[in-house]
Amino acid sequence: MKLTFTIQGGDFTNAGHPSSEVKKVLKQLVIDGKTIKNIVIALYEAEVNVVAHAWKGTVTVEIDEKKITMLVEDEGPGIPDIALAMQAGYSTASKKVREMGFGAGMGLPNIKKNTDELFIESEVDKGTKVKMINYF
Amino acid sequence: MAGNPTYHSLDPAKCIGCTHCMKACPTEAIRVVNGLAVIDDDRCVYCGQCHRVCPTHAFFVVQDDLAMIRSFKYRVILFPSIMIGQFPGKYSEDQIYDGLKKVGFTHVYEVEQPQQILIDSINEVLRDQETPKPAISIYCPAIVRLIQGRYPSLTENLILRKAPHNLAAHFAIEQLLAEGANREEIGLFYATPCIAKIAAVKSPVGESESIVDGIINMNKLYNEVMKVISDKEVPDHSDQRKNLSSEGIIWSLTRGESCHFGSRSIAIDGINNAVRFLERLENDQVEDIDFVEMRACDQSCAGGILLAGNRFMTVERLERRAKRYPAAKDISAEAVKVNTHELKEKLVLDPILPRPHFIFGKDRAKVMEKMSKVQRIVCFLPGIDCGACGAPNCHALAEDMVNNKAKMSDCIFLQQMWEDEGRISARKAITNVQKKWGTDRFKADCNKRGRRNEGF
Repeated sequence: MKLTFTIQGGDFTNAGHPSSEVKKVLKQLVIDGKTIKNIVIALYEAEVNVVAHAWKGTVTVEIDEKKITMLVEDEGPGIPDIALAMQAGYSTASKKVREMGFGAGMGLPNIKKNTDELFIESEVDKGTKVKMINYF
Repeated sequence: MAGNPTYHSLDPAKCIGCTHCMKACPTEAIRVVNGLAVIDDDRCVYCGQCHRVCPTHAFFVVQDDLAMIRSFKYRVILFPSIMIGQFPGKYSEDQIYDGLKKVGFTHVYEVEQPQQILIDSINEVLRDQETPKPAISIYCPAIVRLIQGRYPSLTENLILRKAPHNLAAHFAIEQLLAEGANREEIGLFYATPCIAKIAAVKSPVGESESIVDGIINMNKLYNEVMKVISDKEVPDHSDQRKNLSSEGIIWSLTRGESCHFGSRSIAIDGINNAVRFLERLENDQVEDIDFVEMRACDQSCAGGILLAGNRFMTVERLERRAKRYPAAKDISAEAVKVNTHELKEKLVLDPILPRPHFIFGKDRAKVMEKMSKVQRIVCFLPGIDCGACGAPNCHALAEDMVNNKAKMSDCIFLQQMWEDEGRISARKAITNVQKKWGTDRFKADCNKRGRRNEGF
């Protein structure tokens, strides 16, 4: 089954809506709680990345019997150096975003930790695509 | 999953088949069928929201007959301190205790004693490095059931220490045995402020069997006591309260527990607030909190559905009362005359297991198919969650449809459209609604119950 959501850049109050909805679905699918938690954390971090850095984005989630594929695409500044962004603690978040308790430089490392497969494509000044796959 | 037994029921003569309870239920456990509310016991967590909002007081709780106490020689009434807060201020504690004796009890115990033993015991759990944080209190049984069913991964965070009624029950038994009673001569009766505690006593979670012999609805007990209470001078009962502490008296109020535990703690009252918090906790979005107290009712037990008094006045009276009592730590174990170690051991609960509620069964392939169907059906429903179909919202109706518990024609909007398209007759549409809500719904009747905000 397929679920789609849109995310608005800068809208921190509503970050977390897609991951909550996905969680509701997963909880009905007789999936182990730890796996669900990993998925929800990874998707939430990806959503916050869009909210904190990009202008707008979409989340497309596909679930089959064995796995969940989450694609988070945004229109935004892009990531110039993905390897650097993957380092724990590295952040380009603005002072304003940090003051809201986000932007600690743990987003992508946290996603990496909580997903089975992670693919990132990015183009500067255009946007970023993050694809995450978790197996049940 | 084995079905839950029922601890509350609905009087069909009083139920008018409105939608108040169905809309208020936090677990979507209620549907209206043939003009009457029906509770799904597998989903129900006994929070009592339905009782609270019912305009005709159609819900009632199961309870034991007060006459059953007569079969015991030692008849102990165990009640939470909030019960004292129910009585008009002119009655003294002794007059209330005396009233309970006149009703037929031989021994009167407020349950929150000796409280220091429970405080110490919970602190031991919190000090244990193995305890997942935040640790969650099991005090409110509705919250425990909510976590088991809806947040199963959080059952690990529950603190496996029993509730005050168990503490006082063991304490009462020990004191009575010391007085020379035989165990089988002792009958323990718990006066409950809510339906969740009834369920907790009748089918306990984390205990093989309950220590309590019967439960009494606090509302009913209040009425019984009010019939016989004396406003003259009565014998002094203060020795029955000498182990009662200031902490014990306010334990059942909001922050009554959380103020004792952890360096950072949270107290939540109201089941919908608890749901919002548990969602965050489940997503790992709660940081550095050691202890969480959660109660299903607003103002915690002072807002219990079986209480007669105003919850805010009850809180005020208890807070004032607590000031007159000593601190729990100042009541020494020697004075309590109990074996602290033994009592502590009796407070340990067995692990509380998850009981996840799967709406569509457990076969993942079938569940996915059903969920996709729900998604498609929802596209055709109006999305205004009117409840006229007998389900709490459009999504719930779609779920019921794929589970073969509802039909497309239950939606009055779809029916209107079908009528317009000439697919069904106007007569048929009316009959459909009558089937759901009864024929009387269409009759003019100025005394029709459920109109406006009756009962609010």
